[in-house]
Amino acid sequence: MSHAAHKDYAGAKLGMWLFLFTELLLFGGMFLLYAVYLKRYPEEFAAGGQQLNWIMGGANTVILLTSSLFAAMAVTAIQREERKRAVGLICGTILCAAGFMVIKYFEWSAKIGHGIYPGSEHLKAGPPGESVFFSLYYMTTGIHGLHVLIGGALLGWIATRVKAGAVHAGDFVLLENGALYWHLVDLIWIFIFPLYYLVL
Amino acid sequence: MNEHHHIISYGKLTGIWLALLLLTALTVGITRVELGGFKVLAALSIACLKAGLVIAVFMHMKYEGRLLRWLLFLTLVTLAIFIGFTFFDVLYR
Repeated sequence: MSHAAHKDYAGAKLGMWLFLFTELLLFGGMFLLYAVYLKRYPEEFAAGGQQLNWIMGGANTVILLTSSLFAAMAVTAIQREERKRAVGLICGTILCAAGFMVIKYFEWSAKIGHGIYPGSEHLKAGPPGESVFFSLYYMTTGIHGLHVLIGGALLGWIATRVKAGAVHAGDFVLLENGALYWHLVDLIWIFIFPLYYLVL
Repeated sequence: MNEHHHIISYGKLTGIWLALLLLTALTVGITRVELGGFKVLAALSIACLKAGLVIAVFMHMKYEGRLLRWLLFLTLVTLAIFIGFTFFDVLYR
């Protein structure tokens, strides 16, 4: 006798959303730290923020918004049984993720080249507010970058499952949850970009 | 799976993406002008609007049932409480 594998679509999605809510609270905590220290060190935060390259940050915003579009389109494609298109769109998202990390690499290496990194002599010699700003910058964009890497790897694995036909119009919650995780990455960046690159 | 799934068209998704790009350009424009503290408020308001579009359409929240909506609301209230109450302390100590 054979059993169809037990599937609980609503439960799978509820679980993913509960996880995403904890992620929102995690990043919420980091934004709270940012706000409290901005209040304490307004001049140092302004000086720090103006050293960040808003053009690179803006390019990464456009890249992430586009990657999010591809991820959302991949869900539509799988719902319409367009498997090849779904795989192509997921690959598009992963390419965007790679582009994002390349830009992040150039940004971070430029900063580190100028002696600006947590615990550096340059920051130790400067005012405490500057050091706090860059520590928060590295922690927030670092944890966000880690999410980009994890999301990219997750979507890469999901692409192979879609290609193999294990994810299809009748059972696509794996792709839907992967896309939800990816949108969260985009969502967080929507706040990081103005707060760190623009308003200071 | 017997649940009804709403399929969002490519056209609608592309429209939302264009709106997000426009709002990003608007944020950059507003913050390049010297508006003082007002620009923080403006940039954050636009960011919230963008987040709303991503959650509602890209993340399908607009088409979800009551349970997920209420949980989202609960999460946002929790965030508002811990940010708000911290600021009572930071601003009026």
